[in-house]
Amino acid sequence: MIALLLRDLKLALRAGGGFGLGLAFFLIVTVLVPFSVGPQSSLLSTIAPGVLWLGALLACLLSLDRLLALDWEDGSLDLLATAPLPLETVVTVKALAHWLTTGLPLVLAAPFLGVLLNLPVPGFLWLVVSLLLGTPAMSVIGTFGAALTVGLKRGGLLLSLLVLPLYVPTLIFGAEVARRGATGMETQTPLLMLAGITAATVALLPFASAAVLRINLR
Amino acid sequence: MIPDLGKYTDTVLWSYAASIGLLAALIVFSVMRGRKTRAEMEKIEQRMSRNG
Amino acid sequence: MSIAAKANALWEYANPRKFLATSERVMPFFWVTSITCIVVGLVWGFFFTPDDFRQGSTVKIIYLHVPAALMAINCWLMMLATSLVWLVRRHHVSALAARAAAPVGVVMTLIALITGAIWGQPMWGTWWEWDPRLTSFLILFLFYLGYIALWEAIEDSDTAADLTSVLCLVGSVFALLSRYAVNFWNQGLHQGASVMRAAAVTGADTEEKVSNVYFFPLLVCIIGFVFLFIALVLYRTGTEIRARRIKALLARERVSG
Repeated sequence: MIALLLRDLKLALRAGGGFGLGLAFFLIVTVLVPFSVGPQSSLLSTIAPGVLWLGALLACLLSLDRLLALDWEDGSLDLLATAPLPLETVVTVKALAHWLTTGLPLVLAAPFLGVLLNLPVPGFLWLVVSLLLGTPAMSVIGTFGAALTVGLKRGGLLLSLLVLPLYVPTLIFGAEVARRGATGMETQTPLLMLAGITAATVALLPFASAAVLRINLR
Repeated sequence: MIPDLGKYTDTVLWSYAASIGLLAALIVFSVMRGRKTRAEMEKIEQRMSRNG
Repeated sequence: MSIAAKANALWEYANPRKFLATSERVMPFFWVTSITCIVVGLVWGFFFTPDDFRQGSTVKIIYLHVPAALMAINCWLMMLATSLVWLVRRHHVSALAARAAAPVGVVMTLIALITGAIWGQPMWGTWWEWDPRLTSFLILFLFYLGYIALWEAIEDSDTAADLTSVLCLVGSVFALLSRYAVNFWNQGLHQGASVMRAAAVTGADTEEKVSNVYFFPLLVCIIGFVFLFIALVLYRTGTEIRARRIKALLARERVSG
């Protein structure tokens, strides 16, 4: 299990794919926002939490189609399926590796991009907390989407179409935490809901992902 | 013929037109596809039975 | 007949041939009833009901808006049920019925959204408001699109049926979650579901209730929409069954020829 995790991490680092690209995408989206809505700092600081959440979500989405596709192409997914390790565990490890290489860097980069958008000072803590809680759910849901579309040739666009509606609850509660935090309102309720959604998806969705993967490997 | 709808005439008529149009489009599309599939199936079944 | 025997008799319709024969026999009834009900309900509602004292003549939109919204949700529930039947009992008709229903659901959702927008314009002063109910329907629309796109994308029909069924299950949970999330995110302009309340309390209710004058033509329209949905799904399922048979025949021909 740990060997699989290490292997995935090593591959992600060596290929440089998800790791750098997601971050660069996040940076570019954040830089483009002031160009599109205007440079007024009051406006930017109002929309900063939402923009940063959306940017992180899109960056996460961008890296999903590589999540299982490479293993599918070189056949190592078939090997993993016949290995003694249950497929549920494999899927969870894949999601964990995706989170470590994509989600965690996004969380760490978010405060710096917050500076660019004039995020109010109390918002930084809540932004990081909400992203830290929300990104694991995004990785797990993304793994489900990747498992659904793994055998398809042009799966990338379909993957976004399938995954984005599933991201709605996470996005709503996560961005709500960041927004309330930035304006100094209480954040407990959305924070608890966000944590609940993440806990439930991490606990339950790997079973669906594994089932879907088994169907695709049939 | 049409009852007096007051200042909302456009609103009501447009929503009726849009809904009925969409329903009609759905029915027409379904029936066209249904006919085509049925004809194709019969053609293939005949060909299969002739060739044994 | 005992209940078990009845249940067994029900499963017989999972046989495609039996399904086609029976649906062909009952479909005219559904078509005629649904068209009659819709025409009667709409004419009744359009020509013979008074204007609402607050909403004016726009209240007539209710005869399309409410039935379409109801069917949009019921269609997803039906797809959920048939997906479960497919996953548990592997009856092809069940999976194909879910596939056949999805476009009907899309159209119903679209009607609900469009009539809602047209209605909202004079009432709320805006075409679109990020109101929880409107937003939920938009999200439902996205779920339908994803579901259909997945069906279209996969070539092997059994794999497609399996994958879309799982997507339907997972999607249902997330759609429900989204509904609550959206409620939390914005308390809206849209009034509560007043139809059912009016059905339960036909007497004096709050001012939001739909009064009897509007309720009966609305009920006729709802019945019409339900029957139209059944007729369309039966018809479209038949089409899907034939399309599947064509595929199977062509595959056999290729092997033998």
